[in-house]
Amino acid sequence: MGKNKISIFKIFSWTILIGLTVFFIFPFYWIASGSFKLQDVAITIPPEWFPTKPTLENFSQLFTSSTMRWFLNSVFISLGTTTLVCTTASLAGYALAKKKFPGSNAIFVMFVCAMALPKQVILVPLLNLITEFGLMNTYVALIFPAVGWPFGVFLMKQFSHSIPNELLESARIDGCSEFKTFTNIALPIIKPGIGALAIFTFIASWNDYFSQLIFTNTPEMATLPLGLAQLAQGQEFANDYGLLMAGALVASLPMILVFLMFQNYFTQGVTLGAVKG
Amino acid sequence: MKHKTKKKKIDYSGYIFILPILTFFSVFVLFPMLRGIQLSLYSFTKRDPIFVGFKHYADLLLKSNDATIHTPFMKSLFNTITITAIAVPIVVLISIFIAVTIYDKKPAVRSFFRGVFYIPAISSVVSITVVWAWIYHPQFGILNYVFKNIGLIKESVDWLGDPRTAIYAIIAILITTSIGQPIILYVAALGNVPKDLLEAAEIDGATPWQVFRKITWPLIRPTTLYIVVVTTINSFQIFALIQLLTAGGPNYATSTIMYLVYKAAIIDGRHGLASAMGMILAIIIAIISIVQFKVLNKGTE
Repeated sequence: MGKNKISIFKIFSWTILIGLTVFFIFPFYWIASGSFKLQDVAITIPPEWFPTKPTLENFSQLFTSSTMRWFLNSVFISLGTTTLVCTTASLAGYALAKKKFPGSNAIFVMFVCAMALPKQVILVPLLNLITEFGLMNTYVALIFPAVGWPFGVFLMKQFSHSIPNELLESARIDGCSEFKTFTNIALPIIKPGIGALAIFTFIASWNDYFSQLIFTNTPEMATLPLGLAQLAQGQEFANDYGLLMAGALVASLPMILVFLMFQNYFTQGVTLGAVKG
Repeated sequence: MKHKTKKKKIDYSGYIFILPILTFFSVFVLFPMLRGIQLSLYSFTKRDPIFVGFKHYADLLLKSNDATIHTPFMKSLFNTITITAIAVPIVVLISIFIAVTIYDKKPAVRSFFRGVFYIPAISSVVSITVVWAWIYHPQFGILNYVFKNIGLIKESVDWLGDPRTAIYAIIAILITTSIGQPIILYVAALGNVPKDLLEAAEIDGATPWQVFRKITWPLIRPTTLYIVVVTTINSFQIFALIQLLTAGGPNYATSTIMYLVYKAAIIDGRHGLASAMGMILAIIIAIISIVQFKVLNKGTE
């Protein structure tokens, strides 16, 4: 009897799980299939569940406009942010985990508190700062503020705890400089952490629609998500769902691929970044 | 994490290691934060800034001062709380359910489902709004078509344009983008629950529900705490879905505080007011986080 109960329970949970899976996947299926439909097909009701006459026209229309430039902007901004975040965060995380100096705890607590702070809270002063320094529509405006966000420090501190003190000690006795000790001893050990942080940061930066919206206002400086948002909100293409879906696919597919390639790094990062001990 | 702390020598080189991040942090987070407090006490609608003290705060919080500021703010605050209060429990429930179902399956199965539910979280929010705007469209949307066919509705519904449905339509999307991380965390936490404990309970004749309620749930409580706090903070910050799908409308039915801050600062150019709203929001988030931490943390020590 007990066995029966369990199998009914199992069938029940798997049915719900599959239902949820369909619900979650469907919008992405709709993006992908929609990108191969021309506008007149896309707006017919009853809808075409599967494109009967798939076309690449949406993509060719998309790539004749400024999309290439937006794509390159997105790549450049994400790479720049990732490089800076990984460098600054691994240095700081290592120092906060392994070095004792006055104020280190206070600084760490300050970082943790700031992490809960919504970005919009500092929207106005940050915007003023960017404008006063003449940084509107520059890569700096889209990269530097993101580097100040201390999530990475937290993650890298967690990873740095696993560096054995004895190794650091013996490097010091051998006369290694502090910086050499970091690059030769610590860095190889925290590499997986840096990998996780890099993927996180790359995706977060690519998807940082809010900063892109606030700190740019020229078509040349738009990113892929921002450009797509403007297409969708403009009059000309508002109902051209085929074209918009092609744009949605191009804006998200790179991140989905990055995620699928590095899923294990990512999972490890999420887990370590969250639960202590 | 606990460490055997042998008395370490004070190491001043630490300052050099944290200097780069501290510089970025000070210039782009700390300084703007302090500046925000100051700005919230000024008015910028005239040519020169005027010191107005706590006027913006009073306008926002008191009905008697300025209804054109107070009413939208209270509506937005109410919407933000509604969205959070609905989304957070559902996110916890769905993610724990999925995690329980998949955590002891083969790694490939686990990876597959973790991936499926994480994809909305890593996709550009713009892509997500573009496709949902189409799905929800009163004329061309597939949702009306499906719901009419299965007899759920008779007439087409303007999901995002009708004040009765708009906020729920947005909450549904928010939920799909929020459960990726909780699932990963729950799967990890469930993997750490000792197997022999569960088996012993089963041998003693406990039902699966009793095992979950009495053993698993208390053990994964720290994870739940973290997920509740993080999901609350994220839901409170909902912005892009609002800005791109409804622009806060119809008639502030979907406006949230985040959206109102953006509108005041960027669209209306009321920098002092926007800063004051930001400050109030920061205080609310701090209070909620502390309360949740206190309440949920009871008994885990």
